[in-house]
Amino acid sequence: MFRFLLRRLAVLIPTFIGVSIIAFAFIRVLPGDPVALMAGERVMSPERHAELMRELGFDRPIWTQYLDYLGGILTGDFGNSIVTRRPVLDEFLTLFPATMELSLCAIILSVVIGVPLGIVAAVRRGSWLDQSVMGFALVGYSMPIFWWALLLIILFSGILQWTPVSGRISLMYFFPPVTGFMLIDSLLSGQEGAFRSAVSHLVLPTIVLATIPLAVIARQTRSAMLEVLGEDYVRTARAKGLPPRRVVGLHALRNALIPVVTTIGLQVGVLLAGAILTETIFSWPGIGKWMVDSVFKRDYAVVQGGLLLIAGIIMLVNLIVDVLYGLINPRIRH
Amino acid sequence: MVTNAKEADAAIGLEGGPAVDATRRAMLYEFWYYFRQNRGAVLGLCIFLLIVLVAIFAPLIAPHSPSAQVRGSFLVPPVWQAGGSWDFILGTDAVGRDILSRLIYGARFSLFVGLVVVTLSVISGVIIGLIAGYFRGTVDTIIMRLMDIILAFPSLLLALVLVAVLGPGLFNAMIAIALVLQPHFVRLTRAAVMAEKGRDYVMAAKVAGAGNIRLMFKTILPNCTAPLIVQGTLSFSTAILEAAALGFLGMGAQPPTPEWGTMLAEAREFILRAWWVVTFPGLAILITVLAINLVGDGLRDALDPKLKRS
Repeated sequence: MFRFLLRRLAVLIPTFIGVSIIAFAFIRVLPGDPVALMAGERVMSPERHAELMRELGFDRPIWTQYLDYLGGILTGDFGNSIVTRRPVLDEFLTLFPATMELSLCAIILSVVIGVPLGIVAAVRRGSWLDQSVMGFALVGYSMPIFWWALLLIILFSGILQWTPVSGRISLMYFFPPVTGFMLIDSLLSGQEGAFRSAVSHLVLPTIVLATIPLAVIARQTRSAMLEVLGEDYVRTARAKGLPPRRVVGLHALRNALIPVVTTIGLQVGVLLAGAILTETIFSWPGIGKWMVDSVFKRDYAVVQGGLLLIAGIIMLVNLIVDVLYGLINPRIRH
Repeated sequence: MVTNAKEADAAIGLEGGPAVDATRRAMLYEFWYYFRQNRGAVLGLCIFLLIVLVAIFAPLIAPHSPSAQVRGSFLVPPVWQAGGSWDFILGTDAVGRDILSRLIYGARFSLFVGLVVVTLSVISGVIIGLIAGYFRGTVDTIIMRLMDIILAFPSLLLALVLVAVLGPGLFNAMIAIALVLQPHFVRLTRAAVMAEKGRDYVMAAKVAGAGNIRLMFKTILPNCTAPLIVQGTLSFSTAILEAAALGFLGMGAQPPTPEWGTMLAEAREFILRAWWVVTFPGLAILITVLAINLVGDGLRDALDPKLKRS
């Protein structure tokens, strides 16, 4: 197991260095220099330009800049935002819990609904139930989620007035963040109605973000179940006279869940991409919105650091999934 | 028998000829037979062809010009709602443009994006994947690490940053999306090439004196096409979705282009006043993507022999 882990890490390190080179290089390979790029169409005097080049260290040889950058990263220094002047890592850590909360709720929702739907569809293969589940899954999978979000806002916030349009909690409530998770913090604050407000803000973004993972998980669970249900040991279990529920729940599901676990792990990238759109639409103060805002503000220090941090998270989660998979299924360790 | 004949042909480097034509026709017929069994796939294909026709004949079908602003007809509701008129069947947007006409012209952009992105990513992905899978060794390792790097980013984020740097616009958006989709083709081609490379027919062709290029493109590649076709179809719909998402974020096609995602972005501030400006462009994206995904599922079932008779 230890060797397996080492081997995965050996692949991960060059990939991470590559990711850092890309994040570092993208503003430098373009025609024009980074300062001119950041200035955009704003007019800047040559003196101010030279001063900024020096201040931000862009006048040094490129490999010195990269090594400095890499050295910074290894000590947790991702540079400072050009707009707010705050360290990129601080901003990231402040905003990340919001994205984490939203993503966790979305993944829980999609597993809790997607896995049972997939099982039911597989067990009742070919029935109208199977066809409608797969139909819904296909629609979910094809959904432009930014449009889906707008439709839900029209219905639930506009017509029914059940949910707020944006933010994480009503402005009426204020309490210092303890965990960064609004659901927990609002409960800890003890303020009446705060938890309700947090939940009502969370519902629509969670549904939107869960849509695609839910569809993918339902489809994957169904096909994994179908494969397992045709296996000999399932037939044996049936032949022994075990009740169908026990056969499906105990013998089949356990083995079918192995590929599903991998699918769930792979959804992390999908969730972070979805968070970009979902957070922008619902003004959810997480890292997706932060990245979009920084792109528009041409805050390339943030874009650069954010890219690296997000890619790092995805790689870390993939590593964890790989290791988990190796634990469940010893065959792939070799 | 069919594959055996084909393998033998490939081994001796024989192409064309009446016998090969006949097997090819038989294979196509077999494929169509299985594809036809999937009602959803046939429906998807019909819808997709309809969208293609609409896009081609847009100037003939659209009742108005997509950019004509009709003064005094701002935010007119669709025809079946009070205040609607037959002049604007799906209503007008905030500056008095006919939504139906804009949607009809928008089909051109979406299909164009899908076509260009898939072409770019398939060609580059297949070539890179062939090289990696055929030569293995250091070349393979370098290529696959590069692909891992691209795949380590969420695709939309990477596309967004690339477009932001290259400059917003449909053309740059297509390049960015092609770049983030291409690793999937590399991986798929590489895996297929590695599986085929050890087969007897490849060895036979090699013994017969076929060079590397011929072995890669003429002997091995034709036998790896099935998964590539399926992935290509699914990438077509992904490309449309991502381009619309970039348009929605303001980094894709720029207004007043009637691209569906861009139309949604322009409509955002009116969502609580005029539901139709938001609903129809998104519906157009959903229907197009759904149709293509239906076709993709049908293709996979028809081309994957493992699933055929189960």
